[in-house]
Amino acid sequence: MMPMTAIVALGVLTYAFRFTGPLLRGRVTVPAAAERLFADAATVLLIALAATAALTAGHGFAGWARPAGVLVAGVLAARRAPFPVVVLAAAGVTALLRLAGVP
Amino acid sequence: MRDVGLVCLADGIVGVSFGAAAVAGGLPWWVPVALSVLVFAGGSQIAAVGVVLAGGSPLAAVAAGAVLNTRLFPYGLAVADVVTSGYGPVRRWLVRVIGTHIITDESVAFALRHDNRSRRRAAFWTCGVALFVIWNVTVLLGVGLGSALHDTNAFGLDSTFPAVMLALALPTLTSRSVKVAAGAGAVLAVALTPLLPAGLPLLAALGGLTVGGRR
Repeated sequence: MMPMTAIVALGVLTYAFRFTGPLLRGRVTVPAAAERLFADAATVLLIALAATAALTAGHGFAGWARPAGVLVAGVLAARRAPFPVVVLAAAGVTALLRLAGVP
Repeated sequence: MRDVGLVCLADGIVGVSFGAAAVAGGLPWWVPVALSVLVFAGGSQIAAVGVVLAGGSPLAAVAAGAVLNTRLFPYGLAVADVVTSGYGPVRRWLVRVIGTHIITDESVAFALRHDNRSRRRAAFWTCGVALFVIWNVTVLLGVGLGSALHDTNAFGLDSTFPAVMLALALPTLTSRSVKVAAGAGAVLAVALTPLLPAGLPLLAALGGLTVGGRR
């Protein structure tokens, strides 16, 4: 169960994270190198998020169907396929593999 | 702007799957809905609901979601110039309150595509506002579908979220150093997932920034 207080708490924390960046930016001068570091940090987190969400479920392996779908989506994305095609390909490949009995 | 529409469509699919999965898992309808309005960060919403559905405590769910959302801090720094725009004290304040809430993976990714400030601003706001509307509408739609669809995994909906993240991140992999850092970070995060509480492996991925021959 997830009580409303927990949802509000996550909302407040999330807003605080969003708020701090622009707030600090106004007060302190961020060197170009640091700015690039932050942009790179965002990229690293996105890729790590994609990798963990594709490969893991809980603390274990997600099975082959999901990463296979994500891999196909990644190849399509790298070839500049339209976004919905990328997303539907991911779901489609995963669904078909599961239909075929792949976990 | 065509790309913003496509991202909205993609995230709409994720929104439907999130709403459906949350309700199909046994949570009341207002949990995914309230999360989507108040938190508005897909990854953390999915993580928080995932923790609760896996039997974790609400505190663990909040912690996992919050750790995931720490990435919004560097995002905020990256787009600070477009979030804090506006004329006059009241409008400036309003713009900031709303702009802060629509800092997401997608709106930041779109803003960072442009060097020109007014284009960055247009991309950020168009994407952010459109996503907020689409995300909440589709999550509500998913909640409606959730009672009908019992096994959302059979439709491969769990693949859509990492696919969206990957499609967003690939265009930003421009330099060799960021490619190496992202690769190392992903390996670190996946390797640490069995060992650390949900959310922490993702932060550990930042360790990838120390490799790749930067500076």
